[in-house]
Amino acid sequence: MSDKVIYVMFDDDEVLKDGAKKLVSKGIKINEVFSPFPIHGIDPIIGVKQTRLGIMAFLYGLTGLTLATIGMRYFMVVDWPMNIGGKPNFSYLQNILAFIPISFEFTVLCAAHGMAITYLLLNKTLPGMPAQNPDPRTTDDKFVMEIRLSENSSMTEADLDAVIKETGFIEIDKKDIK
Amino acid sequence: MQKEAAIREPLILGHKTYHDVTEDVCRPIEDKAPKMWYILFGIALIIGLYGVGSIMYLLGTGVGVWGLNKTIGWAWDITNFVWWVGIGHAGTLISAVLLLFRQKWRMAINRSAEAMTIFAVFMAGLFPLIHMGRLWVGYWTLPLPNQFGSLWVNFNSPLLWDVFAISTYLSVSLVFWYIGLIPDFATIRDRAKKPVAKKMYSILSFGWSGRAKHWNRFELVSLVLAGLATPLVFSVHSIVSFDFATSVIPGWHTTIFPPYFVAGAVFSGFAMVQTLLLIMRKAMSLEAYIHTKHVEYMNIVIMVTGSIVGTAYITELFISWYSGVEYEAYAFINRATGPYWWAYWAMMTCNVISPQLMWFRKLRRSLMFTFFISIVVNIGMWFERYVIIVTSLHRDYIPAAWSMHYPSHIDIGVYVGTIGLFFVFFLLFARYFPVLALNEVKTILKGSGQSYKESPDYHKHH
Repeated sequence: MSDKVIYVMFDDDEVLKDGAKKLVSKGIKINEVFSPFPIHGIDPIIGVKQTRLGIMAFLYGLTGLTLATIGMRYFMVVDWPMNIGGKPNFSYLQNILAFIPISFEFTVLCAAHGMAITYLLLNKTLPGMPAQNPDPRTTDDKFVMEIRLSENSSMTEADLDAVIKETGFIEIDKKDIK
Repeated sequence: MQKEAAIREPLILGHKTYHDVTEDVCRPIEDKAPKMWYILFGIALIIGLYGVGSIMYLLGTGVGVWGLNKTIGWAWDITNFVWWVGIGHAGTLISAVLLLFRQKWRMAINRSAEAMTIFAVFMAGLFPLIHMGRLWVGYWTLPLPNQFGSLWVNFNSPLLWDVFAISTYLSVSLVFWYIGLIPDFATIRDRAKKPVAKKMYSILSFGWSGRAKHWNRFELVSLVLAGLATPLVFSVHSIVSFDFATSVIPGWHTTIFPPYFVAGAVFSGFAMVQTLLLIMRKAMSLEAYIHTKHVEYMNIVIMVTGSIVGTAYITELFISWYSGVEYEAYAFINRATGPYWWAYWAMMTCNVISPQLMWFRKLRRSLMFTFFISIVVNIGMWFERYVIIVTSLHRDYIPAAWSMHYPSHIDIGVYVGTIGLFFVFFLLFARYFPVLALNEVKTILKGSGQSYKESPDYHKHH
């Protein structure tokens, strides 16, 4: 199925945001926005949901805490209980104070790295991946909105153009994709 | 768009546009390096290689080449370790704690401060490793199944806590730093003209494209990492202080150590940031982004943490007398009046008196004065660790075992060498990496930039 993509370029984040509001109110679906920095407030306009990576971080942290507890209990209490100054390691709870620092460090280690790896995988940003921004200037000072014809089938291309004209863009580019 | 009070000094001076920010940060990377860079890099490299040579000699001969003796088993090695870890505290404090407190001035300095952190922790990590004498068995500090029966590392030991704390701190700081670097590498990639540079920055930028969803995740990941890194900063130096505090040596066995060490770490870290940034802003013409206000803010942090350190010194002294413990009291009297009195008073002058000068607005806004004090503070903080470690050890319980510590040339070579290596890393960073979080700076341009603050309609909206 062939499709057409319209790239609308702006030179200001506020203008893009106002433009996006206008387009969305006319029922146009904006597929993507490319920007050099996070535009605050754009997500609800174009329908980007808040990420749930925070929950993932919590779960990774919990995993780290569990692993640290199981590990230290095994090493210090089950496998080789050491008798230090007449204070043997007979139970984990009695010795828990000594285990807090590493439990904390390992929790942070797992939460941070787990979240960072998940973030890179979800974004598909990994070493050697090709850049996908439509114009190299979008990592400098330009902001691009991507609209797909197939996602706005209720409108003709001419209708779309007419609405886009009112947004205060600086450049427009169209591409046919397969 | 967020606006702030007009009476606040703008954080970005001049009439900068988004494109100017990109230009200002990327130009030094794209242009040829100035002659001064090569000179500095050459000097740092020679010093660094001398350090590597000293380490090789140490590894080939044994730890006996250090000036340690039966009484003083720990001296420059652990002093340097704690000094470097302390310096490494400012970067994550700036990028994590200041992010949580929404301090926008952090954006101009967080990238290079964090680079400094990472390189400083590299240098710190070197000392425990070479102290083993056998670098190649460093992995024995990990709880790995081994051929010695079920012999595990001792999880009750603060030294092992340190292994976990330092490696977690290093790797989490590295990840935090790199996640922030990815979008900025993408900016350099999209501007690069030479094929090799394009390829390199293309790999480094992981194919970042600046999609709205990615930015949404980016902001949350930064926030959560900051939330995780904040207690981490405090825990790392607390754990370093446990190395001493949980021992039974008079002068070390003090409950005040964790907060006192953390404050001292932030104090010395900010001083090092000042030393580096005051030169860097000039050399790379970043005066519009890192200006007097930023320096003043950092000096205030130095003043506050310096005062905490000063209070801790006095408290420690008082408690040693008030405790009524003869040995404890002697340890402190000996520090101030014994054979190491000069180290003690150097520490007191550099760390207690010098930060108090920052109460004067004129002084804390003077760049020359700041640069001078930043060096003084770093010298003072090295002496602090030296005083704590060596003077507590050198008067053993039996007078027959009393001793002095004299550093050998290998002690000095390794220490000076790490300073050289640190600058090698930092100069490479300044040459090839975006030294300012350029895309983050763009987010505050409209709220805190000078031209926007001065424009007539700044106060009309919202």
